[in-house]
Amino acid sequence: MPYPTDPSSELAEYAHPERLVTTGWLADQLAGDHPNLVVLESDEDVLLYDTGHIPGSFKLDWHTDLNDPVSRDFVDGEGFAKVMSERGIGRETTVVIYGDKSNWWAAYALWVMTLFGHEDVRLLNGGRAAWIAEDRPLTRDVPTAQPTDYPVVERDDAPVRAYKDDVLEHLGKPMVDVRSPGEFTGELLHMPDYPQEGAMRGGHIPGARSVPWGKAAQEDGRFKARKDLEDLYLAQQQLDAGDDVVVYCRIGERSSHTWFVLTHLLGFGTVRNYDGSWTEWGNSVRVPVEQGEPKEPQKV
Amino acid sequence: MSEETDVSELPAPLAELIDEFEAVGPKDRLQLLLELSEELPALPARYADQPDLLEQVHECQSPLFLAVELTDGDIHLFFDAPKESPTTRGFAGILHTGLDGQPAQAVLDVPDDVPFKFGLAEAVSPLRMRGMVAMLSRIKRQTRVLLSG
Repeated sequence: MPYPTDPSSELAEYAHPERLVTTGWLADQLAGDHPNLVVLESDEDVLLYDTGHIPGSFKLDWHTDLNDPVSRDFVDGEGFAKVMSERGIGRETTVVIYGDKSNWWAAYALWVMTLFGHEDVRLLNGGRAAWIAEDRPLTRDVPTAQPTDYPVVERDDAPVRAYKDDVLEHLGKPMVDVRSPGEFTGELLHMPDYPQEGAMRGGHIPGARSVPWGKAAQEDGRFKARKDLEDLYLAQQQLDAGDDVVVYCRIGERSSHTWFVLTHLLGFGTVRNYDGSWTEWGNSVRVPVEQGEPKEPQKV
Repeated sequence: MSEETDVSELPAPLAELIDEFEAVGPKDRLQLLLELSEELPALPARYADQPDLLEQVHECQSPLFLAVELTDGDIHLFFDAPKESPTTRGFAGILHTGLDGQPAQAVLDVPDDVPFKFGLAEAVSPLRMRGMVAMLSRIKRQTRVLLSG
């Protein structure tokens, strides 16, 4: 049986409050017996978990655990089942993920779990920073899990993942580029203060709106209130919850955060994350590229 | 770069670190990296008060700044990286432990592929190794500048 939804009023306004938990709720669950609840930490820095983590939580690294080591793709059903089993996660387990950088990598992990159809996976609102800011306990003890028999599930990419060909067909429909303004215009080939990760061309996919992912987060790492998110995506960007939307960034991590916001907080029905993102598009031969400032958003 | 690095020709502290990392499995390598990140000395006041004197290594996943000094022919290294970036700090820790106080020529002779000798690529992913490669190359570049100046 999945855990009940966190009843906190601050989550109730979102379209799918069952996809978020508050720090207080999580602390309450962890204080008692909590069979069938597993907490995962997913960070940009692979060592951050080892410096101290929520007691009982397991590390889930986006690169070493979720990406295929050879081809540019995610792990397959067997690989995913192994990652889940090692952390004591069964198909019916409620999983709460948290991480650094306003849950940027946690949202990516949640999105990958969605590809495998794991039903009950939630984010800790505010992530690692919120937990630490409230002086909640951290430990360096790494728990040992009782392995489970997590089933080998075939990944179902189509509903929430877009490939390059899908994006080519999608041109003219709503798209959100969540990178920084400099990357959008084509002035920068990578994030400010981050390494150049190899794009031959700068700019954006024609017609994409520019909404840097961080605009959906508050200073404290929590998501903005629903009315602020509606103002950002619906009023300013003229998007509609009924739209068919593709989101992208550089490798699909920042756009997972926006995918989560549109899908679970605003209740959009069809949002796909293009994880090939700019490191694929910006290197592809003969795909259309647009440079310069965003155009005035229009209803499609 | 195609030639194999001969560990015995490296500065002794660096060669010892490589031995330590090689002796253990990937999980323990991460623990060693964490320890090195914690042992990384804080910046002395002359840099802490004047961060402009430090060079930023843009190839690192998280902000990292470094400075190189030449004193009586020996190289001294100074690093600054946030606590929230233990991997980057750990890479800096390896280079600090392995190269600080070494003769300038010994630092210049360190092969550029040394970061891959610690068995860390499988533990942290090859993508993340780029930061350490970039730190080493900037240390060597600054060393060359100091020697010529």
